[in-house]
Amino acid sequence: MDLTTLLVKGLIILIIFVITLTIAAYSTYGERKVAAFLQDRIGPNRAGPWGLLQPLADGGKMFFKEDFIPAQASKWLFILGPCLAMLTALMSSAVIPFGDTIRFGNYAIPVQAIEINIGVLYIFGVVSLGVYGVMVGGWASNNKFSLLGAIRAASQNISYEIALGLSLIAILMMTGSLSLRAIIDEQATFFEWNIFTQPLGFVIFLTCAFAECNRTPFDLPECETELIGGYHTEYSSMKLGFYLFAEYINMFVSSAFISALYFGGFHYPFMSEISGALENSMGAIAGHNVATAIGIVMFFAKIFFFIFFFMWVRWTLPRFRYDQLMNLGWKTFIPLAILNVVITGAGLLYDFKYATWIIAITMIGMVVVSNARAPKREVVRPGVV
Amino acid sequence: MQLTNRSKQVSNKEMTLAEKMYLPAVISGLAITIGHFFRKKPTIQYPEVKKYLGPIYRGHHILKRDEQGRERCTACGLCAVACPAEAISMVAAEREKGEETLYREEKYAAVYEINMLRCIFCGLCEEACPKQAVYLRHDRMVPVFQERDEVIYGKDRLVEKMDDRYIRANNSEVNTTPTEPSLTRAAT
Ligand code: SF4
Ligand code: SF4
Repeated sequence: MDLTTLLVKGLIILIIFVITLTIAAYSTYGERKVAAFLQDRIGPNRAGPWGLLQPLADGGKMFFKEDFIPAQASKWLFILGPCLAMLTALMSSAVIPFGDTIRFGNYAIPVQAIEINIGVLYIFGVVSLGVYGVMVGGWASNNKFSLLGAIRAASQNISYEIALGLSLIAILMMTGSLSLRAIIDEQATFFEWNIFTQPLGFVIFLTCAFAECNRTPFDLPECETELIGGYHTEYSSMKLGFYLFAEYINMFVSSAFISALYFGGFHYPFMSEISGALENSMGAIAGHNVATAIGIVMFFAKIFFFIFFFMWVRWTLPRFRYDQLMNLGWKTFIPLAILNVVITGAGLLYDFKYATWIIAITMIGMVVVSNARAPKREVVRPGVV
Repeated sequence: MQLTNRSKQVSNKEMTLAEKMYLPAVISGLAITIGHFFRKKPTIQYPEVKKYLGPIYRGHHILKRDEQGRERCTACGLCAVACPAEAISMVAAEREKGEETLYREEKYAAVYEINMLRCIFCGLCEEACPKQAVYLRHDRMVPVFQERDEVIYGKDRLVEKMDDRYIRANNSEVNTTPTEPSLTRAAT
């Protein structure tokens, strides 16, 4: 590692940091716009053209609000909570490979803050640390509702992390590596994207990601109807802002993680043909860099789609009940994920990648059969008594 | 009692497997919401775009002049008496010689003020007026105000300008009940 590489690395880290923050800030705007559009409204459109300055206005408002610390709260932990949430949220985007390599001269630098060969484990570790932000904040508030919210967050995250990890293991078995870059490179051709080889794993992973981010339909830790505001009931000003912001950063990171794990990351159909053509016409180095840029754009397109999907689901589904949430996690997802791992392993023995479709097809078959055998709902005609 | 045709019987029946899996219901829900995403929004961007509120909307007050440009109000005070919000106050004065082109009656309102913060736009002043002098125009609203001293509207903002006369829409097009006298009287 000489100075140039170090400089470029530093630049990439800085850019990824700034991009993460910007995307998180604009997710708040996006959320309000998406919510509005799904509800036949227009959404914020007063601050700047199309309301584009709204996140700035919101941030400014947050800073000027009274920063209140309850008298009975444990002061340092109260401050530590949101900082932890923010810190862990920001740390997790470090290992996500946003693109192939940038070449200049003899250097080839991967578009990624740090390449470590246990990227998946790293993200898991950091995401589990994220619970501490919620836990510490909720406990330090010295408020029953905050504590209840924090406990809910902790138990929910722990339960869903198991299913999340198990659904990932199938992918790790297929790739044989914990490095995110290796997992992405495994999915170079379109039909080898893990969404096609692991349909069930994808559904489980997606649902668990919702639960991990505390997003609707699993946002029980901040369930307003039961817990006032959940773990951040006592928070105000920018501390509250940090919690909300951390949620959006988590959403961004999970979207990136989902696109990297199941949708081929920066790969897109006909990628090798296009990059080959570019390298032929523009020279090896320039062509390669342009191809990388296209890959990055594709990756961000996938990320934005999933951020949109998160919002779309939020404004569609009502919140689960807590027992339903736990039943779903422990009694449905964990057994299914284990089954998924077993079937994937059996498939790999015979070198057949699409083995998990067996589960999906069986489930669809069972649904059809049970639907056919279920007693018909008697139609209650309105007006006829 | 049956109020709408959209009520659904709630049943506690055992859910089928498809219902237990949630996914089909989730997908159909997502389809419904995405349909709304692309729908045309009914919002009217209020300060920039204004909607026509109909020929009987009660908006900005106006003190009418007659065809020769003379003020019609004779400061009888009936509008102030009728006003449930006590928003109107006035000072009467006698018409001097040579002012016949300005005021139609021998007595006129030297000061005529409406407090727009008090006014509830009920239109009773319009109905009370024997001279058909005060109207609530249907095409203009009282603008939003920020300062308290903008709130009291004097004659400068109430009396009709001769180059910007207010004509109430043709009454025959308005479906009104005959008990609303203000709409059965022509306003010119
Ligand atoms: S509209 Fe009603 S409240 Fe307003 S000034 Fe006339 S009578 Fe009073
Ligand atoms: S507006 Fe009509 S009711 Fe009111 S003082 Fe003038 S003439 Fe009388």
